[in-house]
Amino acid sequence: MATQQSRSAARLMMAPAVVLLLGWMLVPLSMTLYFSFKKYLPLRGGDLGWVGFENYSRFVSSSAFWPSVQTTLIIVGSVLLITVIFGVLLALLLDQPMWGQGIVRILVIAPFFVMPTVSALVWKNIFMDPVNGLFAHLWRVFGAEPVQWLSQASLPSLIMIVSWQWLPFATLILLTAIQSLDSEQLEAAEMDGASPLKRFWYIILPHLGRAITIVILIQTIFLLAVFAEIFVTTGGAFGTKTLTYLIFQRVLESQNVGLGSAGGVYAIILANIIALFLMRIVGKNLDA
Amino acid sequence: MGGITLSQVSKRFGTTEVIRPLDLEINDGEFVVFVGPSGCGKSTLLRLIAGLEDVSGGAILIDGNDVSNTPPAKRGLAMVFQSYALYPHMSVRKNIAFPLKMAGMNKAEIAKRVDHAAHILSLTDYLDRRPGQLSGGQRQRVAIGRSIVREPQAFLFDEPLSNLDAALRGNMRLEISELHQNLKTTMIYVTHDQVEAMTMAYKIVVLQNGVIEQVGTPLELYRNPANLFVAGFIGSPSMNFATGLAAEKYDATTIGFRPEHLKLFAEGGDWHGTVGVSERLGSDTFLHVNIDGIGQVTVRSDGDIDIRYGDTVSVTPDPARIHRFDASGVALQ
Ligand SMILES: Nc1ncnc2c1ncn2[C@@H]1O[C@H](COP(=O)(O)OP(=O)(O)O)[C@@H](O)[C@H]1O
Ligand SMILES: [Mg+2]
Repeated sequence: MATQQSRSAARLMMAPAVVLLLGWMLVPLSMTLYFSFKKYLPLRGGDLGWVGFENYSRFVSSSAFWPSVQTTLIIVGSVLLITVIFGVLLALLLDQPMWGQGIVRILVIAPFFVMPTVSALVWKNIFMDPVNGLFAHLWRVFGAEPVQWLSQASLPSLIMIVSWQWLPFATLILLTAIQSLDSEQLEAAEMDGASPLKRFWYIILPHLGRAITIVILIQTIFLLAVFAEIFVTTGGAFGTKTLTYLIFQRVLESQNVGLGSAGGVYAIILANIIALFLMRIVGKNLDA
Repeated sequence: MGGITLSQVSKRFGTTEVIRPLDLEINDGEFVVFVGPSGCGKSTLLRLIAGLEDVSGGAILIDGNDVSNTPPAKRGLAMVFQSYALYPHMSVRKNIAFPLKMAGMNKAEIAKRVDHAAHILSLTDYLDRRPGQLSGGQRQRVAIGRSIVREPQAFLFDEPLSNLDAALRGNMRLEISELHQNLKTTMIYVTHDQVEAMTMAYKIVVLQNGVIEQVGTPLELYRNPANLFVAGFIGSPSMNFATGLAAEKYDATTIGFRPEHLKLFAEGGDWHGTVGVSERLGSDTFLHVNIDGIGQVTVRSDGDIDIRYGDTVSVTPDPARIHRFDASGVALQ
């Protein structure tokens, strides 16, 4: 966009998109802010007037608040860790020439196309059901007592389900990154005397840096908002209540829109703190 | 230390035989150039020696030891790739130090060797830059630096200059030759450019379709090409060929004569023709002459010859410098 004319033309053509996106973001955001300062109980009197910061202080002082923040962070952190580590390993594996490569790749990508609600139901009923689940049968084959997955190990189970959904995404991005690595670099490292492990550490992993950053940033955005999986499996019980889920409960179960909106504002703040941290830690990989 | 022997080495990719079984002796300290057209198997042969590909048959010996099944790192060879294959996320210093670090050398010794290599290759000012911030010639030097710090038994170069512009290529050619004079280490150099081969090599190996056509010093190949392919490939501009009556006069199926071994006369020579396009280089002029009964022939003459498109001329070859070939293309003595 070199000339004055092409610049203003570009601005004009981008304007609709910018206005739409701004509206998309600003309208809900201002409505959330508006309601968060109100006592608004749709089924118990409706709009009961301004209450200042009361919703904010009530939301934080609720005994469910800090545990929900903790749960959110644990889920996001664990899923990121699992998907990145296994994503790198799977990508390395899929990059190897092997028989039936095309089909294996499609199979690995498949979970990404399953809706969160469906996959959570499948996991809950087919794998994790303590009586008829496949895991229960497997445990019994070895004579062990079946685990009550969703009540006894609720958080790990949830992390497993969500990781299963996001692993394909990480694998796909990392696989394309691995494929873009110049094979002569690996051969040069091999001639330089680097063992396969050192080649991975010094050549492949640095090359993947940018792709890993992208995986982390994109996944974090979606993982902060994980909802369907919790709703379908534990309904927020057994310590699986995330901040998103807590807000849902306040707004829809307790029918307290004002309180829920205040929670929404906290969620925005949390997301921004995490984003800030992430950009500090991994964002520098995106430069250059 | 660094003599390499190939004995009946062959290479197949699936069913296509890229390297036909071949024997080759490379003496210690020699500068050997593999030259041939694109796709003839030069890189494959080099990669076989490096150990980056497994041989399909035969054996590779370094200093008399069979290394056919030795991994690349243990062969004591260093390779410079056509794409340079520098590690983009490491500084120049770390790139050059990488093989030493992998060998577990101590830090002080690594620093000493890296500084020494950087000094030889005039890279001292660039040690803290990333490869992406260097010019093509500098990247090439870093790649060479990375290979010399290991003090290998032999260097392998795969078309190292083909990504550089003409002026830089000329300079790097000199630098690599200079490096060989200083180090006196065996070097195997792959190129498709016969000028590089002629100017740098002590010994040239001409390859075509995975077969060695001829091995010899540049002048041996120039003076006595073993067959039509070598005759046409070595020398610039390339050799002229004639068949039919002109060749029968010399008892051959084909005769070859180089542009520089033809004399021009206004009239009275052996052959007659019309001058086509002429290329004036200043020092020489290359005339493309259409000779009756032979066809297009290149003639090399003085830089300031006064001749024009369409002039009729007469050409005589130097009888002592005529190369004769039989029906299968093999040179007749
Ligand atoms: N990994 C490979 N698999 C199959 N064919 C190959 C492979 N590498 C090279 N070839 C084939 O071998 C021939 C020689 O290749 P190469 O040695 O790269 O030629 P050069 O370096 O002389 O241009 C080419 O026809 C090429 O297609
Ligand atoms: Mg090649």
